[in-house]
Amino acid sequence: MLLFKRAESPLSFKDYQKDDGFKALRCALSKSQENIIQIIKASNVVGRGGAGFPVWIKMDSVRRTQEEKKYIICNADEGEPGTFKDRELLYRNPLKVIESMIIAGYTVGADEGYLYVRGEYDYLKPDILSAIKQCETEGYLGNNILDSGFSFKINYRSGSGAYICGEETALIESIEGRTGDPRHKPPYTAQEGLFNKPTLVNNVETLINLLPILNLGPDVYRTYGTETSTGTKLFSVSGCVKNPGVYEVQFGTTLKELIDLTGGIRSGLKIKFVQVGGSSGVVLPKNMLDITLSYESFKAIDSGLGSGAIYVADESVCIVDYLMATSKFFEHESCGKCTPCREGNRHISRIMTKLSNGRATQNDLLILEKTSHVMVQASFCGLGQTAPNAILSCLKYFSEEINEHLKSKCPSGVCKLGGDVHVN
Amino acid sequence: MLIKMNGISFETDKEMTILQVSQAMNINIPTLCYHPDLSVRANCRVCLVEVEGMKQLQTACNTHIHEGMVIETNNERVRQARKTIVEMILANHDSNCTTCHSNGKCELQGLTEILNIRHNPYDNVLESEPIMKGNPSIVRDMNKCIKCGRCIEVCNEVQKVGAIYNIGRGKDMRMGPAYDYDLSQVQCTYCGQCINVCPVGAIYEQDDVKEVLACLESDKQVIVQVAPSIRVSLGECFGMTPGTLVTGKIPAVLRKIGFDKVFDTNFTADLTILEEGTEFLSRLNNNGVLPMLTSCSPGWINYIEQFYPELLDHLSTCKSPQQMFGALAKTYYAEKINVEPEDMVVVSIMPCTAKKYEAKRPEMSRNGVADVDYVLTTRELARLIKVMGYDLDVADEAFDAPFGITSGAGLIFGASGGVMEAALRSVYEIVTGEELLNLDFHDVRGLTGIKEAVVTVGQIDVKIAVSNSLVNARQLLDKIKSGQADYHFIEVMCCPGGCIGGGGQPRPTTNIVKLKRMEGIYAGDRNMALRKSHNNPAVKALYDEFLIEANGQISHQLLHTHYTDRQPK
Repeated sequence: MLLFKRAESPLSFKDYQKDDGFKALRCALSKSQENIIQIIKASNVVGRGGAGFPVWIKMDSVRRTQEEKKYIICNADEGEPGTFKDRELLYRNPLKVIESMIIAGYTVGADEGYLYVRGEYDYLKPDILSAIKQCETEGYLGNNILDSGFSFKINYRSGSGAYICGEETALIESIEGRTGDPRHKPPYTAQEGLFNKPTLVNNVETLINLLPILNLGPDVYRTYGTETSTGTKLFSVSGCVKNPGVYEVQFGTTLKELIDLTGGIRSGLKIKFVQVGGSSGVVLPKNMLDITLSYESFKAIDSGLGSGAIYVADESVCIVDYLMATSKFFEHESCGKCTPCREGNRHISRIMTKLSNGRATQNDLLILEKTSHVMVQASFCGLGQTAPNAILSCLKYFSEEINEHLKSKCPSGVCKLGGDVHVN
Repeated sequence: MLIKMNGISFETDKEMTILQVSQAMNINIPTLCYHPDLSVRANCRVCLVEVEGMKQLQTACNTHIHEGMVIETNNERVRQARKTIVEMILANHDSNCTTCHSNGKCELQGLTEILNIRHNPYDNVLESEPIMKGNPSIVRDMNKCIKCGRCIEVCNEVQKVGAIYNIGRGKDMRMGPAYDYDLSQVQCTYCGQCINVCPVGAIYEQDDVKEVLACLESDKQVIVQVAPSIRVSLGECFGMTPGTLVTGKIPAVLRKIGFDKVFDTNFTADLTILEEGTEFLSRLNNNGVLPMLTSCSPGWINYIEQFYPELLDHLSTCKSPQQMFGALAKTYYAEKINVEPEDMVVVSIMPCTAKKYEAKRPEMSRNGVADVDYVLTTRELARLIKVMGYDLDVADEAFDAPFGITSGAGLIFGASGGVMEAALRSVYEIVTGEELLNLDFHDVRGLTGIKEAVVTVGQIDVKIAVSNSLVNARQLLDKIKSGQADYHFIEVMCCPGGCIGGGGQPRPTTNIVKLKRMEGIYAGDRNMALRKSHNNPAVKALYDEFLIEANGQISHQLLHTHYTDRQPK
């Protein structure tokens, strides 16, 4: 595949050099910045962080700014529940991440990069730092890299556990030493990002795609995936499957095929639903598993692939119980800046709790729906806009099961209903 | 650029937000966190509008218009979304409006009216918490807070003090000092700017009305002093336009309320000029520490003591006019009317919450008796007047002697640049012995953050600067620290616009309102017979009778002070 070799394990610096390591970087340094942008454009690659924005546009707008000082940020905050692909990339080969960061820096004209790593991944820090150090010693980082005249350095920053810091502007606030609250756009980070300088912010997986694009060329790269979703995608599959883990598949693979790759359901029960894209993703019922994993087919159902987290639930999972956990997550992880997200998630979580203990009414469901819609329409950033995705899709696909809870019945037998109806 | 709002075309070549366009077109878009003088935060999401082609609703306050934009500001979708958002705010708000400090002036109350909210479908989720009042100046009732962030903006951007910030996240996000401390436990200057911008009643002054009412009932001699800027703002609490001068109404109504004597702080402002002017000339002539920094603004004193203690030598040793008054009242005046200081109560009417703290400083008392007993803000004075059953519909009266004759120079202390202008009027004449013909120093007036001028006084070109709001003071202090400030004399006012923009002034205190109050101040100055402090006959008499000379021994005992390094170590 493009990003992972089968069972790739951490390579030593020497082995990485032998194994096509820094080949893409040498290739990039021999080309003009415009030329690299053209190659990336020809590859059709889009950002893997969730938004699915064409990579070349973002890079080109940073490149075109007149400022002398520019930054790139590699976003390895990876806070979306059920997502662990960046962790694998960083664990298995931090040198690849570093190489792709240097290429991105060169392409946009930045001389400094930040690698912002999820706080819970602190155990990866020593290996990543030593990889950075080795690159400095070997002339791949620092002044005048490989005699190209290009200089670049990488700083490491640890997150502190806030989900919102995966949002690019909140991440920038965090690096600058403030509370991780999102900034309003415009100005976009490409114009005013870190320390108010033009900044390219990309997810780890997005940056890593630069390596096969440069190594194989855009034409070969495009042979992977579908016409509009080129390349491969890393999916973090978890839940009730036999072999949870990170799977690299071509865009265009169906959801069912991906689940089959993992060995199917562990318990022998049937699949009940799959949530795609993490907690902020859409919940799909079992009759929709033939959907192909591509940006276009998820756009068609007014949704997205998000981070590529795939949570598979079997019939033992209660939809209300599941949504209650999700809503508690967002209630806690909203930054609290804007009203719809701060207050909306709080009310959603309350109503889900009421549903799960059998005390919700029809009116609560109306409020649940109205709140979710306002959050989607009016929240400040992507967090609040996508937090109700699961609720809204379940109201659509699992209304029967939710309505059963209004009658104090939990078809899966998970929720403890009715026992405390008289307690206020 | 041609756009359409509610079907009506609008053309402009300027960069504008949807909100600005709506204002230009007289279309009402409700707002909550938006404040005309602060940078836009777009937190509350109340000013939602529909923009053709956009999936999400857009906030009018921070969305810029572009060619061909089609905007609907008030269709059913927009109204429902706004309503839902305000309902959610109300569900987490202590809606005991009747006992709220902002009852009747509350912007959230206004919104429930505009959006026709008569019932809240959301469960009340307010988790009651104790009201924070651990300091003499500012009370914070977070049960009222709607998390709009204006206080954060003013504290961090306008003042750059950073006493409060948003802490916690999700539903626990709240505005306040780190670790939920009281303001007294962090570096807060008590400027009260957070009060002035709060749209609800979450932050307000420590209310001393009750205590003053009790004193008025007692046998004690209760005297009151009134700061310069009160006379251009008090009227607003009684329905008058900002800047209306109510100079004569104040003594009249205060006497009706029962104060034994009503004095004018403008008098000690004049006195300050003589003391500070003399101190300045002495520093100038004897290689003293320059630039000299003014010391009238207690929020500013709190700031420099906590943030730049290494520059305290630059501060004039003069007490503020409030404290000069208190010191004279409890010594010179008490003796004159034969009342023991402990049997006298000095009340100040100030535009300021930091004055409440200043009055409680240990160095501002004598033998355990405070020079100033109670400080009421403009807002509290209005409440006192109302509690006592009065309004400003009274015939003008004059302030009492001996602290009643004042000059226009004392009056302009109320606006940024006023202390400097007053000082220049006197210093010029004292140094040159010539009459100053043009008394108006326009360069130092107005709302500009840092104003500079060079004034030739005899042989010397005196280089001066005037700053208002602490973010600008910080700039000048950094310049002094790095040795780049070649000024001789700097006026610093803590609050934007000076005392007319103080944290105790009526709400709203926006820049438009401040400019009108400034106009009132300068109109008052223009119409005064006496416009220079050193010509004030009552001040001259005080020197002849009691103080003997400016910066003399008695002055140093009563009218000057010292400062303390209060930077957390």
